[in-house]
Order: sequence, then structure tokens, then C-alpha cells
Amino acid sequence: MTATAEPEVGKARLRKEDARLITGQTRWTDNIQLTGMLHMAVLRSPVAHARIRNIDCSRATAMPGVAVVLTGEDFAAEQGSLPCAWPITEDMKSPPAPALAVDQVNFAGEAVALVIADSPYRAADALAEIDVDYDELPVVLDLEEALRDTDLVHPDLGTNKCATWVFDSAEAGSGTNVEDEISSAEVVIERTFRQQRLIPSFMEPRSVVVDPSAGMFTIWSATQIPHILRWMLSAVTGIAEHKIRVIAPDVGGGFGGKLQVTPEELLCLLVARRMGRPVKWTESRTESMLSGHHGRDQIQKITLSARRDGTVTGLKVELLADMGAYLRLVTPGIPILGAFMFNAIYKFPAYRFVCTNVFTNKVPTDAYRGAGRPEATFAIERMMDELAVELGMDPMKIREMNWIKHEEFPFNTVAGLTYDSGNYEAATARAMELFGYDDLREEQARRRADGSAVQLGIGISTYTEMCGLAPSRVLGALRYGAGGWETASIRMLPTGKVEVITGTSPHGQGHETVWSQIVADRLGVPFEDVEVLHGDTASSHKGMDSYGSRSLAVGGTALVHAADKVLAKARTLAAHMMECDEADVEFASGSFSVRGTSTARTLSDVVLAAHVAHDLPEGMEPGMDADATFDPDNFSFPHGTHLCATEVDTETGVVKIRSYVAVDDVGTVVNPLIVDGQVHGGLAQGIAQALYEEAVHDEMGTLTTATFADYLVPSAADLPAFLTARTSTPATSNPLGAKGVGEAGTIASTPAVVNSVLDAVRHLGVRDIEMPLSPERVWTALQGRKADDAGEVAAGGLGSIDAQGGQS
Amino acid sequence: MIPAEFRYLFPSTVDEAVRMLADEGEDAKIIAGGQSLVPVLRMRLAAPTALIDIGGLTELTGVRDDGDSLLIGAMTTHYEVQRDHLIHDHALLLKLVTDTVADPQVRHRGTFGGSLCHADPAGDLLAPALALDAVMIIAGPGGRREVPAAEFFVDYFTTALAPDEILIDVRVPKYTGWGAHYEKLNRVAQAWSIVAVAAAVQVRGGTIEAARVGLTNVGSGPVRAVDVESALVGQPVSAIAEAALRASSGDGYKDNLARVLTGRALTAAVAG
Ligand SMILES: Cc1cc2nc3c(=O)[nH]c(=O)nc-3n(C[C@H](O)[C@H](O)[C@H](O)COP(=O)(O)OP(=O)(O)OC[C@H]3O[C@@H](n4cnc5c(N)ncnc54)[C@H](O)[C@@H]3O)c2cc1C
Repeated sequence: MTATAEPEVGKARLRKEDARLITGQTRWTDNIQLTGMLHMAVLRSPVAHARIRNIDCSRATAMPGVAVVLTGEDFAAEQGSLPCAWPITEDMKSPPAPALAVDQVNFAGEAVALVIADSPYRAADALAEIDVDYDELPVVLDLEEALRDTDLVHPDLGTNKCATWVFDSAEAGSGTNVEDEISSAEVVIERTFRQQRLIPSFMEPRSVVVDPSAGMFTIWSATQIPHILRWMLSAVTGIAEHKIRVIAPDVGGGFGGKLQVTPEELLCLLVARRMGRPVKWTESRTESMLSGHHGRDQIQKITLSARRDGTVTGLKVELLADMGAYLRLVTPGIPILGAFMFNAIYKFPAYRFVCTNVFTNKVPTDAYRGAGRPEATFAIERMMDELAVELGMDPMKIREMNWIKHEEFPFNTVAGLTYDSGNYEAATARAMELFGYDDLREEQARRRADGSAVQLGIGISTYTEMCGLAPSRVLGALRYGAGGWETASIRMLPTGKVEVITGTSPHGQGHETVWSQIVADRLGVPFEDVEVLHGDTASSHKGMDSYGSRSLAVGGTALVHAADKVLAKARTLAAHMMECDEADVEFASGSFSVRGTSTARTLSDVVLAAHVAHDLPEGMEPGMDADATFDPDNFSFPHGTHLCATEVDTETGVVKIRSYVAVDDVGTVVNPLIVDGQVHGGLAQGIAQALYEEAVHDEMGTLTTATFADYLVPSAADLPAFLTARTSTPATSNPLGAKGVGEAGTIASTPAVVNSVLDAVRHLGVRDIEMPLSPERVWTALQGRKADDAGEVAAGGLGSIDAQGGQS
Repeated sequence: MIPAEFRYLFPSTVDEAVRMLADEGEDAKIIAGGQSLVPVLRMRLAAPTALIDIGGLTELTGVRDDGDSLLIGAMTTHYEVQRDHLIHDHALLLKLVTDTVADPQVRHRGTFGGSLCHADPAGDLLAPALALDAVMIIAGPGGRREVPAAEFFVDYFTTALAPDEILIDVRVPKYTGWGAHYEKLNRVAQAWSIVAVAAAVQVRGGTIEAARVGLTNVGSGPVRAVDVESALVGQPVSAIAEAALRASSGDGYKDNLARVLTGRALTAAVAG
């Protein structure tokens, strides 16, 4: 074993997993072929709200290759209800959520029947032969309208209101009373923002294979959460948990969209059990958009009070959050994750947050990159700009006046959190320097004076977020159904090679590389000698999976602790082997030595000795493996300053990002290349919310953006070259000092872009533009009209093809 | 997304392809590059019983010099159009328009003829074909016929082609030395035009001698801005701004784009 002299942590290693991913050497779920495997195709409701009067499967059943056609009635007794693990309040309304609709459909795209056939082609053909008779019901789409309870999504609940969740700083003792602050304020600003509905656009569509043979149910799924999936499928079906094995093989992205227990996962399991044969289901992109959970979709009413000098005094947040038709795994909790972040980096003395969750006849919402925090960050960063405009102050000045100074950490916030570390001044100074803030302001003034057709705007977002989910006791207090710890195991193999088992479940992030770097440093073994196993409940027996930028801060810490256990035991054995006192053993670069002598044993020697167990100290167990589980006692709080310059073509409404600077403090960086990758992808998704993406429903509740020709995901060609840099104040809540970077870019960037566009056109009388800021919306706003009056034109679309109705 | 079942036929001559079309009846379809047809099949917006693949008809690919005009084979791919010297020298506008079509993968498969036959008003090649007075050369059971672009584009996704006819060549008059530009407004790189304007101009000594202007995605087919064209003849380049206003008279967003982009397209075409 060679020693690694140069530290691995901090090295821009190319990712171990990339070669197999980009050369097609891996096996995705849809590549799995099992003997005798059947294929499932799902018939989805074309209508958003209806009673199912009758389903005639006779013609479909007679089609060639069809094994069986199944409806909700066939499963009514066994399918139970899809789980919601986050009942945010005691009195939260939670309708039964059948995987296959039984007598009513509540959103367009809901599964109503299954064809099981010997090939995916024949299964798809037979779908067209199923006849469903619907009795249409009134469709509930608009949040404010829904709250009037005129028409009900779930008549049995008696209301469309799901739950109301409140945080009040006066009640919590973390601040003063916000109403008092508002009523006595010198300045009060009230704004309403709309967080449009978004669709997580992972590259690999969802796919499930269930093999019921050999007395076990082996489930391959393109999921982010194999462990939670196993637990929940067992809970819903009653199949004993130890008879279910879930494997998440290489998974092609998730962004929260695969943080779910999906109807199709449950249905594949039930079908495989019924048929006694393996079953596969793989969705098309349109199916994914029609039935996979969506993200965001809130109306945010924000009231901010301040003094004339710019000091903020109070913040009141009133949210309406669209649940869609059902509560999926963590649907109701998503807006609550934002509750602690509206106050952001600012020292508000008073804060009140009220969120009303509402049912509509739309696809359920749930986690999407950032989950609650982008919404909060957008609102507060937009409000800080509004305050600056109101008071005629520089928007950066007003932030600076109000943010927590670096010497004030740790800082107890008005929302009840403790920010452990940060330095907003440092990140901002670096960003301003890279951006050339003053020069851009000058150019902006020039263009305004010239009345140039292309106006320049500058947008700021000095964000923070909470990640590293999460201290289990906090999750418990928030009524979340699971813990937030993470686990890691290290297996020291007799040849000195290392297997690492993690309870996190990477789906594109590069954990194999980063976990290898951590272990290589800690144990002094070569990077190449470490193999990381994940995503299989048979090998990685427990874990809480990957979401909420938690894997490194929580799972990486478990790994550090496991490595330390290995070293502690190895040290004892090394002392025994070298016949010295343990206190005299030194460890460096993978080798134990006796202080002040040349006597040494490599870790590899010690591991072999532990493995053969010929001569161990009294009471020592053979082997050198170790497990550790880490439950953090705080979240981590990445922060940073993002600056965006946009050019707005006032004649066409086109927005072009001219430059984008992102300075992020994500604590200690293990692999800068991967961190940059996360930031770039995050920025792309946040910018996409600002400018491009939107799930649109027509008045019947049909999703009119159900292909990538209509739902506009930007590509590299549409994005600027990002200028990224970092400052670092290590997290104090974990030994790595890591804060998490999976969501930061998305959280920060949306308001930076929107603030920038508004800054470009505000002097022309524009106060706000709804996201996404399409050229037509921008142009319409410049004409002094409301977008609704002008009638949106198609985004571009599949040429002029009306893509609706095609579903499989 | 899985298309419905179909039969697949692979003719080796145009005549054989025409015969197959006639034999298979109305539910048969020609497939060229498949870049528009395959998505339609996969979404099951159409379910032809047979696909007749004209990819083997090498006689339909490539660009030929035919005196005063060029003959562009219907199966010439976008990629080939982008790189063809004859097109570059005599119909530069077509190259510039094709540069903006889709992405490299699509441009390697998709064809010039397929784009015209598909007749999507948001498709980019219709407007320049109309503006440049292209003529479609069509093969059918009764032999060959020629249809000018102005009569070829009938409506949304509808052309003058009969179900048993094949577009084989497109004749484009030579516009040697004309300036050209395509001004396209779309939201992301792979999205279709919201509005786009194809312009070609002949300028001599600062005077516009002739202009051709075609608009993409402002109606049920390509639209030729004849008022703009005629307002420019014999005028100095400085007349463009005024003339461009004639591209549309409405006050909607697309009307505005038609005017703004026409002005920009003409200005850029004149500049080089
Ligand atoms: C992702 C993507 C993005 C795109 N973006 C753009 C864009 O920005 N701008 C743009 O203009 N286009 C775009 N396209 C469409 C592309 O240009 C297609 O190549 C073109 O529309 C059709 O050409 P094709 O050869 O693929 O025809 P096919 O798809 O094979 O056929 C299209 C239709 O024409 C008929 N047809 C084809 N050839 C003949 C013939 N010789 N005689 C009779 N009938 C025929 C077929 O029967 C079918 O009905 C895009 C396509 C994709 C997939």
C-alpha cells in the first residue's frame, strides 16, 4: 500500500463514476431484462376531475400478448393508500391516495388502468382499447378560488383546505410581535409573488422492475430513496420488510423528483405478486410530466416593515401552497421547509409565517431542488430590492445594513434557528469585485440616459439556506415521520482494499468519488483502493438516502466516524503487533509507527492481522470493519452572494444574461470540480425558473406543457458562462466543516435574475413581472399591460403540433 | 412513447416509391429524416399503416447547378445545406436559416424537403422558400409537375401534395451576391420560432434594387411581406425602418415582433 502524500480532500478529482456513465457501461433500471418478464403500461385519466362510471377492458384483454388488464377495483382491497410521511399539523386533512384510481380521478394523468403484456409495445397498443366512462366533475385549479370551497376536490373532506401551519416569533419567544412592528412602522411594503409550478426534469425517466421469485421481492427502481421506499412499501402492502429488497442502481438524476413512493412502484409490486412473474414499467417523458410530482406552486403575500433609514423591523409571510390532488411522501412539508428561511440573513426583530395548504385537481406537488427554500429566498430577496427602491437606497447597502455581521455568529434567528457560521461581508466583497459592480452601474446609467433599446439591469441575491437534513429531534418536532441521521460502514478487506457502504443514495452527484477521497485521506489508502457501495438495501442495510443537500454533511460525517473507529481499533492492534504502548503509536500516511523508532506496520499489515486473527489482543474481535451513524445536532447554512447582469431588449422583451457571478460559502470543499458542477447545474435550474420553465394547465386542468417542446428546459446554449468563486467558513456542526451544495445554486439564482430584469426596466414603469419572464411577458409589462390581457402565445412548442393527448 | 405498429417499406427508385404510395393507399406515409414524423408517431397523433422510407433514394440528395437556378434534392439534409457551396454562393439565405434549425443531431437527419412537406408554420424553411420564389418539383402516378411555393403551402401542416405524390426537388432561382439574414426569436435554443423573418436584399450603390421578405409563424403558413418588399425598391438603405412597419398592422405581441424583426433582418442583410 502506497501512502498518499497530497491530501485528497480539496483535490479536483475527475469523477470515478463518469467513465461508466458516459460510455454506456452501466445498467439503468430499464436495461434490466429478466426471464419471463411482463411489461406494465398505465392508462391515465385525460380529465382532471371525474367519477369513473365504468371501465370496459374486454377489447384490451383480447389484444395479442396481453396477460391481463387491471383496474382500481381489482386492487381496491390490497393497494391501501400511498404514504404521506409528513402530517404537518394534528388536524391536517389527508385524503386516501390510491395508486390506481378506484371510483374517482382527481387529476389529469392519474392512473386508472394497467395493461400487463409480454412486450412494452403490445402493452402500449392495448391501452388504446380500454374504454373508460367518465362523469366529469367541476375542476378546482386556482388556489384562492379553491379556498372558497364552492367545488371540492375531495367532497368527503368537506373542504379544499388541507392544513394551516403557523410560526410566530412572539409566540415562540424568538422575537417580537410582527403586527405591532407593522402598525408602528415608518415604511410598510406589501407584495404578492407567484411561484409557478415546475416539473423536475431528471434525465433518466422513472423505471421500476419487480422480481417476485425466490421468496423475496427484489425491486429495482430509479429512485433517490431505496431505504425509505422499502420501509414504505412494506408498510403499505403488509409484505414483511425483510422480504423486500430495493436496489437503486445508477440513477440518472432526481432533483427531488425521485424522492417519492410512486403509484407505479407500488403497482409493479402488486402486479408481480399477483402474476408471480417479474414486471417492468418505464415511463415516457410525457407520462413523467403528467404524473410524476411537480414542484413549487405557491402564492406568497409578503409584508415587510422598516424604518426610513432602511433598518428592517418586521416580516409577515402569508402563503397559499398548492398540494395538487393528493399528499405524496412529503408534500405538505415542502412549504414548511421554507418557513425558517424567509428572514434569511437579515436581523428581523419580528416574524410571522402562515402557510395554508390547498388541494386542487392537479398533479401532486412535492420536493423539487431546494424544496421550500427557493420560494423563501425569492420572496425575501425580491422584498429587499423593493425596500431599496422605496427608500431610494442602493440594494446592496440595504442588505448590508441588515445582515448578520460575521462577528455575530453563532446567531439565533427570529425563526428559531442557530446559524453556526458565515461571513456575508467576505462573500459579498469577492462577488462585487469579480462582477465589476460599479462599472456596470455606470453603464446602466448611460443606457438609461441614452434611452437605448437594450437596457441593463443588475440583480442581487445574498442568500442563505438550511441543509444537511437533519437533526432527528427537529424533524420529530416538525412531525416528520422519519429521522435525519445517516450511516456508513467500512469493510477492510484482507488485501488492504476498502469497501465503503453508505446509506445515502447518490443519483448523479458523484458520491463514489467524494467518499473515496474522504476515506483515502482518513485511512491513508490510495483513492483507487476504495469502492463505494450504495443504493441496495441488501448491502447498505440502513440509511436515509439523498435529498436536502444532506449526503456529505450528514453521511460524510458518518463515514469520518466509521474511519476513526477503524483507526482506533487498528491502533490498538498495531500496538499489540509492535509490542508497545498504544500511547506511543503514531499514525501517518497509512502507516503506524512507534514514536521515536523505525518500527512500523502499515494499515494493510494490521488489517491482515485482524483478518487472520492468529494473534489478537485479549477480547478483540477479528476483523477491522466499522459502522457509524451520525445524527447532526444542527442544520448547516451555506450562503453566498450572487450577482446577475441582464440585458433586456425593450423592443422584443428578450432577456439575455450578460454575466453571472456566484460566490458561495459551502464550508469545506472536498472536491472543487464536483462543487462547481453542483453550482452550475443549480444555477441553470434557478435561472430556468426565472426565465423559462412553467407547468401550464388549461381551464379543464389539462397540462399543456407535457413535452420538452413545450416545457422549456434551457441548455448550455441558453446560459452564460458562470463566474464562480468561493469563500469558506467551515460548518461547526460536523467534523468535515461541510455545509452542502446540492441546492444552493437553485435557491440563490432565481431572485438574482428577476431582480436584475426589474432593475433594467423599472425606470420604464414596470414594477413586477410574473415568472417565468418570457419575452412576451416582459414586452407586455413594458406596454403597461397585464400579461393576461395580451393572451400568451405558444412558447414555441413542437412546431405548431398540438402535443396534448399523446400520453404513452 | 411507443408508436402504433406499421409496415416498413424501402423503395430504391422514385417510381417505385410512387407506386408503393399508390398501392398502400391513404394511410401510407413517406418518411424522410423522421425528425417531425417520428415524434408525431410516438405521440400517436398519427398511426399510418405503412412507412415508405425514401432514405435510399440517393437521386434525391444533393444540390445541382441548373443555369439560372439551383436544384436542391428533397432528401438533402440540413447539415448538407449548411455546407453546400452552391447554396452559399447563390442562396445564402437558405444556409443562414438552416443554421438556426434545431441542433446538430437533428440537422444530420432532418431534410430540406421534409421540412417543406411537413408544412409546420413554425418551421423555419417555409418563409425563405416562399420569399425566394422556390418551385416544388413533384412526382406522382401521372408523372412530374411543378408547383410554386406560393401555391404549395396551403394551411397548417397542409401542402398541395396529393397523398400519392412525392416532393423530389426544389428549384430555387439564383440570388448571387444578395445580402441575406434570418432574424429568429425563440425562447431556448432548441425551441421553435415565436416569430422569425427571412430577408434577402440586392443593394447597389446604396440603393435597394430588390428585396425578399418572408415571415415564419405569423399565420397558418409562411407569409410574404410584399408591402415591405415593394416599399423598398429603389429606396436608400435608410428606408428600411419605415418600410419594416408594413410587416404587420396589429398591436399584439407577434405583430410587434413582425415589425421589429423585419427591420432587424433587413438591416443585417444589407450590412452583409
Ligand atoms: C428537437 C427538434 C427540434 C427541431 N427544431 C426545428 C427548428 O428549430 N426549425 C425547424 O424548421 N425545424 C425544426 N425541427 C424539424 C426538423 O427540421 C425536421 O427535419 C423537419 O421538420 C422534417 O424533415 P424530415 O426529413 O425529418 O421529415 P420527416 O419527419 O421524415 O417527414 C415530415 C413529413 O413530411 C413528409 N415528407 C417528408 N419528405 C417528403 C417528401 N420528399 N415527399 C413527400 N412527403 C414528404 C412526411 O410524410 C411527413 O409527413 C426540429 C426537430 C426536432 C426533432
